[in-house]
Amino acid sequence: MSFDIENYFKDQGKNNVILFYKGNVDSDVINHVLDTVEDKLVQGNEQSRLRKKVYNVLVESLQNLYHHVDKVPPDFDDQTSERFGMLTVQKVDKGYKIITGNFVHADNVGKLEEKIKRINRSSHEEIKELYKFILNHQRISAKGGGGLGLVDIARKTGNKLDYTFREYNDDYSFFCLNILVEEGDHV
Amino acid sequence: MEPIIIEGTPKTPTVKFDASAGIFEIKGRSIPENSVEFYKPLVDWLDGYKEAPLEKTVVNIKLEYFNTSSSKCILDVFKKLEAIHKAKNEVEVNWYYEEDDEDMLEAGEDYESIIRVPFKMIEIVE
Repeated sequence: MSFDIENYFKDQGKNNVILFYKGNVDSDVINHVLDTVEDKLVQGNEQSRLRKKVYNVLVESLQNLYHHVDKVPPDFDDQTSERFGMLTVQKVDKGYKIITGNFVHADNVGKLEEKIKRINRSSHEEIKELYKFILNHQRISAKGGGGLGLVDIARKTGNKLDYTFREYNDDYSFFCLNILVEEGDHV
Repeated sequence: MEPIIIEGTPKTPTVKFDASAGIFEIKGRSIPENSVEFYKPLVDWLDGYKEAPLEKTVVNIKLEYFNTSSSKCILDVFKKLEAIHKAKNEVEVNWYYEEDDEDMLEAGEDYESIIRVPFKMIEIVE
């Protein structure tokens, strides 16, 4: 059942890739990715509004990986990365795509998918209210996440969360989140 | 009270909390992975200030970026200010946002709707 993660992931976004990363997602890697992408957004003369949205969404996607990734399967070739994740940043027609990939243990798939589905069936106004509710009522978890990352991504992009879970083996799925950040109004 | 003065880094903001002037400022980027570690000393300090605040406290928030993990910590800061305000002291929050940064304006409005302290939304025009 297991498959080539890298090829599968790269198929999610192939052209005009401005950054690709796979490996351990630690604080230094996050800094480096943020700096690199920020420079490219400036070089690309993007409007400050789009630049900020991309930067914000990138911070949340990377920190989602940092706080939430599960361990890799025992047969996976990279056993040294404590927090294994993959990232592609791709230039598309009216903005950027930020694609992340990580392993999710089978026990955690249902909960994550339910969370995404809840966000995806909410209107923009409901997402705003959900954000405020979580902000005001949920404490920061032991993992260090605030439970707001995905809600914030949906709110800032104004788009539904596009995602796939592909079964890797009985115990693991590979999760891809494909985030489109576009110029212009989303409300 | 000793003031808090923290220089900004690419991931954490510049902080100036001056109890003798009653002026508190948080400025720059707030995107650390572990935001509690950064904000806890600020929240603790405000607990001390709360005991003997000035008649008027002005809070200037000028953030360029902040992550969702910081957003909870910033709420904790505001909750301390709310307590000071509730004890019949004047507290004013100036929430700065750059021109066209509607996300930052909305973030300020979120806090304004949760916290019972007067907010002023101030657009920075370049």
